[in-house]
Amino acid sequence: MEVLIQTLVAGILMGGIYALVGLGMTLIMGVMKIVNLAHGQLMMIAMYITFVLFDHFHIDPYFSLLVSMPALFLLGAFIQKYLLNPLLKVDSILPENQVLMTVGIGMILTEIVRFIFQSDYKSVKTSYSFSTMYLGTISFNTSMVVAFCIAVLLTGGLFFFLAKTDVGKSVRATAQNKDAALLMGVNAEWITILTYGLGAALVAAAGTLLLPIYYLFPDVGGRFTLKAFVITILGGMGSTVGAIVGGVFLGIAESLGATYISMALSDAVGLVIFLLVLIFLPGGLKKLTKI
Amino acid sequence: MKSIRWSTLVILLLLAVFPLVIQSDYYRHILIIALMWVVIGSSWNLLSGYTGQVSFGHAIFFGIGAYTAGLCTTQLDISAWYGMLLGGPVALLIGLVIGWICFRLRGPYFALATIAVGEIFRLVATEWVDFTEGMQGILIIQTFRSKIPYYYLALGLAAACIYSIHTVMNSKWGYYFLAIREDQDAAEALGISSFRYKSLSLMISAFFTGLAGAFYMNYMAFIDPQVVFSLHFISIMAILVGIIGGVGTLWGPPTGAFIMVLLQETFRSAFFGMLPKWVSEAHVLVFGLLVIFVIRYMANGIVGDWGKIRQVFSGRKASPSAGSGN
Repeated sequence: MEVLIQTLVAGILMGGIYALVGLGMTLIMGVMKIVNLAHGQLMMIAMYITFVLFDHFHIDPYFSLLVSMPALFLLGAFIQKYLLNPLLKVDSILPENQVLMTVGIGMILTEIVRFIFQSDYKSVKTSYSFSTMYLGTISFNTSMVVAFCIAVLLTGGLFFFLAKTDVGKSVRATAQNKDAALLMGVNAEWITILTYGLGAALVAAAGTLLLPIYYLFPDVGGRFTLKAFVITILGGMGSTVGAIVGGVFLGIAESLGATYISMALSDAVGLVIFLLVLIFLPGGLKKLTKI
Repeated sequence: MKSIRWSTLVILLLLAVFPLVIQSDYYRHILIIALMWVVIGSSWNLLSGYTGQVSFGHAIFFGIGAYTAGLCTTQLDISAWYGMLLGGPVALLIGLVIGWICFRLRGPYFALATIAVGEIFRLVATEWVDFTEGMQGILIIQTFRSKIPYYYLALGLAAACIYSIHTVMNSKWGYYFLAIREDQDAAEALGISSFRYKSLSLMISAFFTGLAGAFYMNYMAFIDPQVVFSLHFISIMAILVGIIGGVGTLWGPPTGAFIMVLLQETFRSAFFGMLPKWVSEAHVLVFGLLVIFVIRYMANGIVGDWGKIRQVFSGRKASPSAGSGN
């Protein structure tokens, strides 16, 4: 029983970070109607920024959120403005042009990082990386708890932004119907740039928060791109609440998989869930909750 | 037969005499690999370029073909050449199942589903050690020491693949495939069962990719899950071959295959040893830049945008009507 609770706790804490990854992907998917296959690679860039700040300037990973998020916001906005938006004007046979473009972007980001840092595994070892707190007999990894709390705060901030501010409402309007939003005077192109930037900043936060307990190497991005779309499909495409539920769900499922099946197959758990959702519940959890 | 032009015969003839004229095993090897990629790229193009279902998972079929051949030796104790008979059909059957699952989804979501299935296959092949030998891979003994038999086999496969796709695309099925790509709902409304024809397209595509995989096993004599089920080196490479050559054109993927393999080899050998060694690490970076360049400026690939490219080089100004077709 204790093992089960411990597993669930670990899963939920991880789920908070996954929710951030999924939210970024969902925002981009909702507004641009494309799947961002460079999502994990953006996260990887944020992780390397955090690593460099820690390694060279001894800045605590949580403070480097203030650098990694804006930096990735700019990188995301740049990608959208100069690489993805121009494609809307190009005709081609395949409508998936933008998706293929994100694959190319992901490759370039990975290779540039590999060029600079080589393929070695790196990690950030802070004083609190391995410290744990106890509640009864259940242990909580301190940095996971902090990461979870920051993730919740950021998610709350995002919801406030989307629900209460004018710009946030424009983002939602563009996601619902781009043409109608254009007619209402929304600068849709600017909104797409903003959204991609926001999505990149959210996944950057996830990367930075994960770093004290994770390790990094240039190919780590691909793994998180996969997770990001498992979460998005699980949550119902384009639903923000769904992305959070999907993220937590994946966190728990992976944690259970690692405890009860095998550590090596915990990555496969998400993919199997993904296929099961496709077969038995197309539309994801959104179908069940109607949110 | 009348639509097969003389230029095709010339190319075929040149390729047929190539290994007799060029004695170097190195160049023969590069051409064998290029011909194998012609098969994979053309198969990918049938499903993705002509039928519009962009697959990010062709490594599944390639890997299944390769493993079918390899397992013939390790599990059944028969020659891996039986894989050339079994690899295609096995890939086709698995393609049928994957289609049943993934064709519920459209567009980018289909692409995602194929990545997920591909990763599952890779993980299973890695973890199911009793059956597949896991990360250790499968090692067999090559039948021929000379490259020439392999060369002609690869050439035969490539020719058969291109000819089959040409035939299919000129039949009623081909028109159905194009109709589904252009507008699935309209095609459905006209009574075309999109599921059925997408599955047919996938089956043909999987069959040839599986054959290419079985060929790879026999030729390279070694496979492991990280290579044959690789997302980057097989699935994405197949897409690159397709888009750089030109999606939805018969000669696009073959052109793309030769360009990609030559480029890969040029960079891997650091311009045949003429440039410093770090250049050899840049080949994936160059692929990435190439993807961005091609998608941005030549959306229909080298063959699809041939008219446009010729105009740039001949220095003439583009007339308004030119360059917009595909």
